[in-house]
Amino acid sequence: MGYFLQQLINGLTLGMIYGLIAIGYTMVYGIIGMINFAHGEIFMISAFISIITFLVLGLLGMGWVPLALVLILVTTMLLTAVYGWALERVAYRPLRGSPRLAALITAIGMSIFLQNYVQLLQGARIKPLQPVISGGFRFLSESDFSVNLSYLQIFIIVLTICLMLGFTALINRTALGRAQRACEQDLGMAALVGIDVDRTISLTFVMGAALASVAGLMFLLNYGVIDFYIGFLAGIKAFTAAVLGGIGSLPGAMLGGLLIGLIEAFWSAYFTVEYKDVAVFSIMILVLIFRPTGLLGKPDIEKV
Amino acid sequence: MLKVSGIHTFYGNIEALRGVDIEVHAGEIVALIGANGAGKSTLLMTICGKPQAAAGQITFDGADISRLPTYQIVRRGIAQAPEGRRIFPYMTVMENLQMGASMTDPVHFEDDVERVFTLYPILKERRHQRGGTLSGGEQQMLAIGRALMSRPRLLLLDEPSLGLAPMLVKQIFRVIKEINEQQDVTVFLVEQNAYHALRLAHRGYVMANGQIVMSGTGQELLANEEIRAAYLEGGH
Ligand SMILES: Nc1ncnc2c1ncn2[C@@H]1O[C@H](COP(=O)(O)OP(=O)(O)O)[C@@H](O)[C@H]1O
Ligand SMILES: [Mg+2]
Repeated sequence: MGYFLQQLINGLTLGMIYGLIAIGYTMVYGIIGMINFAHGEIFMISAFISIITFLVLGLLGMGWVPLALVLILVTTMLLTAVYGWALERVAYRPLRGSPRLAALITAIGMSIFLQNYVQLLQGARIKPLQPVISGGFRFLSESDFSVNLSYLQIFIIVLTICLMLGFTALINRTALGRAQRACEQDLGMAALVGIDVDRTISLTFVMGAALASVAGLMFLLNYGVIDFYIGFLAGIKAFTAAVLGGIGSLPGAMLGGLLIGLIEAFWSAYFTVEYKDVAVFSIMILVLIFRPTGLLGKPDIEKV
Repeated sequence: MLKVSGIHTFYGNIEALRGVDIEVHAGEIVALIGANGAGKSTLLMTICGKPQAAAGQITFDGADISRLPTYQIVRRGIAQAPEGRRIFPYMTVMENLQMGASMTDPVHFEDDVERVFTLYPILKERRHQRGGTLSGGEQQMLAIGRALMSRPRLLLLDEPSLGLAPMLVKQIFRVIKEINEQQDVTVFLVEQNAYHALRLAHRGYVMANGQIVMSGTGQELLANEEIRAAYLEGGH
């Protein structure tokens, strides 16, 4: 029982990180129908921005952890959003209206470019960070095992829930969110009612990058080491989460992320760590065979 | 108010508009009729900048709008209820109307919604229903209502009567007249339903193969033998 609960906690924490990245894939796909393969690299870059900000704050003698975390969160979100914006502006916008394959190849190209860019600037060695948030609660203690809920896990879970609530309200209640949904449903009609479609697409990349950057910071805090390659696997897992949940669906992305985190945690705990990624992808394939639109994906409404 | 001169529009290699000239004066209802594939919808979309004209000029209130992006064109006071209605399917009726009001000052919103609901009371009953679940007639009303929410001075309507029962067709045309007379909105109307359209319109144009082949007052065109033969015989 305790062991099960522990895996549940670990899986949820991991799943929230995947879910935050997955939202960027799903929103970009929803609005321009392309898979932004460089999104994993945006996540990786945000982890580097986080670690650099940590070092800078450390040098400045900023020792109080809560304030430091807020500063790092804000800095990382802002700077990563700029990367997301620039990526769309430089690489994707000029190709708008060209065949899908061109956009896809460009996305893969940008992914490789960003990896090399970070490798060149930061080196290929892994970057460690000493634990920032330590300690936690212990409960259900038995002789040889106790369930551990760390402060870091609480931080990740609470922050993700707050972000999701705020983000859902933004999309459902505000004029900006309405414009975003309108573009998703009919780009040409959105322009006809006066929406600046290019600006809305830019904002979609900005929002996706900002959410991924929170995931980057969480990843850094959780694992304590990063390198220029972490975006690849995390990106693929988050993309899988988006597809599993139903690409284009925001709740789907979060649900898919949580499921993948849970599958990974439980598979590693009860079967073998080596095959956890295989398990994740196999389950995605199984789900897609029975529900091709994903768990929460909406079937296409016939355009009248 | 609107002046289209020498417009050419292409889809790839296909030349859909081949030198179109049209003028719409403030306060008028102008009808554009023509067979399927003549280029009527392309003309309305070209006025809105999507696709952009390859050659020629479009001026609105004297200013050249032919190079502007769509959202800047419509912000000058042009609204379109396009072919196929293009309601946002996953948005409620109310949200669709809010989208129509995207570029107007929010202080007008309550009044404008009331005005649309007075024109089309059924939309008020349906206001929390998703656009994609409305009937064809209701979608058409919503498309017109959404266009009116931007307080346009020029309203472009693309086949508003298409696929509607005769009762509804009458109602749609009555409302168009009302909008034109009481709300002082200029209307440029594309129709296959030539009889109704020409009766309603002050002036009309006839399009064939991407060119204007005839023009005149509504009465003149209705009386014209060629037009009767091509567009009216059998229909009414
Ligand atoms: N998106 C498009 N791509 C390619 N050709 C198009 C497109 N839309 C319309 N056309 C072509 O342009 C011509 C004019 O079409 P359209 O403007 O829709 O005519 P109408 O509205 O008078 O029926 C037709 O030959 C049509 O096949
Ligand atoms: Mg048409």
